[in-house]
Amino acid sequence: MTILVDQNTRVLVQGITGSEGSRHTLYMLQYGTKVVAGVTPGKGGQQVHGVPVYDSVEETLRRHPDVNTSIIFVPARFASDAVYEAVDNGIRLVVIITEHIPIHDAIRFVNYAKYKGTVIIGPNCPGVVSPTISKVGILPNSVYTRKGPVGIISRSGTLTYEISYHLTQAGFGQSTVVGVGGDPIIGTDMVEAALMFENDPETKYLVVIGEIGGDQEERLASLVREGKITKPIAAFIAGRTAPPGKRLGHAGAIISMGVGTYESKVKALESAGIRVARTPLEVVKIIREISGK
Amino acid sequence: MRLLEYKGKEILAKYGVKVPRGVVIGKPDDVDKASLNYPVFVKAQVPFAGRAKMGLVKRAGSKDEAKRIASEYLGRVIQDFEVKKVLLEEGVDVVKEYYVSVTIDRSSRTFILLASPEGGVDIEEIARTSPEKIFRGRIHPFEGLRDYTINAVNKFMGFTGDLAYKFASLLRVMYNVFEAYDTELVEINPLALTRGGDFVALDVKIMVDDNALYRHSDISVEEEGDLTREEIEARKYGFHYVELPGYVGVIGNGAGLTMATMDLVREFSGEPADFLDVGGGASRDVVKAALTLLLKDERIRGIVLNIFGGITRGDEVAYGVVDAFKEVGAAKPLAIRLKGTNEEEGRRILAPLGVKIYETAEEAIGELMRNLQGGGR
Repeated sequence: MTILVDQNTRVLVQGITGSEGSRHTLYMLQYGTKVVAGVTPGKGGQQVHGVPVYDSVEETLRRHPDVNTSIIFVPARFASDAVYEAVDNGIRLVVIITEHIPIHDAIRFVNYAKYKGTVIIGPNCPGVVSPTISKVGILPNSVYTRKGPVGIISRSGTLTYEISYHLTQAGFGQSTVVGVGGDPIIGTDMVEAALMFENDPETKYLVVIGEIGGDQEERLASLVREGKITKPIAAFIAGRTAPPGKRLGHAGAIISMGVGTYESKVKALESAGIRVARTPLEVVKIIREISGK
Repeated sequence: MRLLEYKGKEILAKYGVKVPRGVVIGKPDDVDKASLNYPVFVKAQVPFAGRAKMGLVKRAGSKDEAKRIASEYLGRVIQDFEVKKVLLEEGVDVVKEYYVSVTIDRSSRTFILLASPEGGVDIEEIARTSPEKIFRGRIHPFEGLRDYTINAVNKFMGFTGDLAYKFASLLRVMYNVFEAYDTELVEINPLALTRGGDFVALDVKIMVDDNALYRHSDISVEEEGDLTREEIEARKYGFHYVELPGYVGVIGNGAGLTMATMDLVREFSGEPADFLDVGGGASRDVVKAALTLLLKDERIRGIVLNIFGGITRGDEVAYGVVDAFKEVGAAKPLAIRLKGTNEEEGRRILAPLGVKIYETAEEAIGELMRNLQGGGR
């Protein structure tokens, strides 16, 4: 088993005719993902890499009732509308790749999706991959070649690829890799993703790739202390050298209101018995030790 | 983006919040045109906390004195931020100072109202020393600011009668501004209660979501925001740059990887001089501009370029490096780690430069630091 995406995942690509949407549709198809349709308003009737394009999500679902997942590449100004369209049409999982969506828009659609029972991943995320089975995202195909016992939860993109790559090289495949996104407001946070992994029998160990800002890592540590998450965890937190009050790329990576410092995260994680790696490579070492392999 | 004080006050005043009588000026001579009752406070418009301690707020008893102080501030560069505006303000007869703000609560994914009777102090300080003195009221985005929350905060602050009514109006205005301007924070600190029984915003901090600036054409990013000179430069090229106090230049792709690269520099006993994220799918020109910026920075003694290509292509990165070397020359030691998409082609393009390409960031930074330390500081 995996979480979020599996062999039954049937994908709709919203914003399929744009350059990013089109390119990653191809990469997802090459990975083996079942991409069944795309939507771009006004471009219905076209095809992108053999995938039929429709004008609306409703029309897509009439033709392809098996669609259960949507991935959004729509530009930031129009992305919110695409999210509402997917949610209102009952799509179960919506992965939002788009970055630079205004935070007031995100806070509304995230609350709306929760109310309607749709799971949102992102915005501003690399997506989700269950290696060798299905990928709904932009993570590089060449890195995700091995199925295995490690579940990865990350707030970053390239740093996830880096750590996944080292894990795979060392022989540790992954059950599912979830990039939750780097924005301050996201649909599924690290804590919620960890709870999904907790219920997944195939996942034996968790790798948590956090960064400064917010309190997701601290809340995750609390759940471990309370015994709600029991699987062994190796963590890495980026931003040890980041100055307070400055925004480093990700809007979420800002230390404010005294929370979200590197020190507070490491302290919370370590006091819950979670080992924190000082370098990305050390994550592999920790996994090797806790797995006894 | 943090708006400068005067712009924040201008917005709040437009919506009906009382602010001290004042004038913002861009040239010392503008003091003559301002009709103000002296003494006034002369406040340099910089986006930092603790301005008074930095000597950036001074009292002026006369026009001449105000002009002298203004000319001392204007054009000054503090932490790479250029002072372009000075605010002159009349004093306010203060009885007591409070703290109030509306912001975003990430973990509950709602908005939140914060208030405290301890005004004039940094909220982070209050949160640390006496968290029980902060009122926290969640505001659900679908509901907005409800009366029950206003009643609760008035009770907490000890406001009754006319004062409770005035505070309620102030909160509603703050929430309206918070929504209307796509802000992450609307903060009034200190909020003064005057002898006349009015609330007056003495200092204001408004943070507007960068991603929503396109909806707010009345805000000028370069004039009214918190960008340093180098950040204004970086904006033109579309990469994300933050200056840090060290001497090792850092370039990466992706915020997390770039931060992790900075951390590795520290792990090898170096000090990062910057955070520079070229972003996803960076073109040759972006890489060239990024590297050129660091090659020209006199503080920087060596540079690490750490790329894990997904969308970003190794050949584009390599051409960017070649272009930067052509323009400014290989003035400093450069350690390149190039992995992922089109890695081989990137190596081929870089071969004639004689720059070493490393397999891991650890190797690249380790060797760079050994070179820098061997060469003496």
